[in-house]
Amino acid sequence: MRLDYPANIKIILVPCTGKVDVVHLLRAIQKGADGAYCVGCLEGSCHYNEGNLRCRERVNHVRDLLEEVGIEGDRVRMYNLSSGEGPTFAQYATEMTEHIKKLGPNPLNTKLKN
Amino acid sequence: MIVAKRKPFDEIMELLQDYKKVLTVGCGTCVAVCLAGGEKEVAVLNSELDMARKLADNPIELGSTTLERQCDREYLDELASKVDEYDALLSMACGVGIQFLAERYPEKPVLPAVDTSGLAVNQSVGFYEERCRSCQQCVLGWTGGICPVTMCAKGLYNGPCGGTNLGSCEIDPEQPCAWYMIHERLAKQGRIDNIKNICSAVGWKDTVPRTLIQPGYKKPEEEGA
Ligand code: SF4
Ligand code: SF4
Repeated sequence: MRLDYPANIKIILVPCTGKVDVVHLLRAIQKGADGAYCVGCLEGSCHYNEGNLRCRERVNHVRDLLEEVGIEGDRVRMYNLSSGEGPTFAQYATEMTEHIKKLGPNPLNTKLKN
Repeated sequence: MIVAKRKPFDEIMELLQDYKKVLTVGCGTCVAVCLAGGEKEVAVLNSELDMARKLADNPIELGSTTLERQCDREYLDELASKVDEYDALLSMACGVGIQFLAERYPEKPVLPAVDTSGLAVNQSVGFYEERCRSCQQCVLGWTGGICPVTMCAKGLYNGPCGGTNLGSCEIDPEQPCAWYMIHERLAKQGRIDNIKNICSAVGWKDTVPRTLIQPGYKKPEEEGA
């Protein structure tokens, strides 16, 4: 399956989305990423029972924290798919890229350059 | 353990507005267990502060450290070589730890990043329920192990008020009546007579900070006396 997805996406592998912590997502934005998203297994099919559910809670928390800071919480999202769904993975990558393009660049980036 | 909740972000921002270089000091004991002020929470708060201050064109330099405990002098001493570099210290320990940090480094402004709420049990990850108000006159032996000070809305020591309502407290049908629970538990244990024990009034009027010296120990100034 040779699928295209936007080249601007940088993939970070983790053993399970349950490994993703609040501070990882916050730091991605802090360091200038325009957006960050987690792609976990379908809800109900986590190998470790609830890793993806915990990730969803953390993503929601990060969205609130970003709003507190003054950055759009919607720059951080959670997606789910089953491991066999390559086309869905590519579709989410495109969807997220388009969504972030609509939001525009990370407001910190103009500050970081100063 | 002692439980606390992080202060609203805007309040922390206001406390820090005049400082440019701040050391955030976490505590690795109670507040770390209740997910309010341990190493992780220090990292999250610093990340938020860094972003918010950049956006406000008022950048801040932040250091971070988490002590084993902020209520023990020996751990506070670890900061001695660092404190001078900072304009202020932001403590994520409970109210006790924050005050002890302020007392140890009296020349520095020490600011709280959490609201301390009490002595609580861990009901599930991230969910805590208060159980003791440290009245210094524990009556659990007469009340079936249920604290009437904490669990009764009026903190009554000797039986329910007239508002007890089929197991609920008059403040809210969802709130169980502490004295109903006490009655039920004592009855089940066959020691309902305990409820007749009159508990004398607690010395709440002693509003000076209470001290505690365990048997066999002395205040440092009395050592060797
Ligand atoms: S300062 Fe002491 S009492 Fe307070 S949270 Fe830390 S260990 Fe617990
Ligand atoms: S009676 Fe309640 S408040 Fe007093 S020490 Fe016992 S548990 Fe704590």
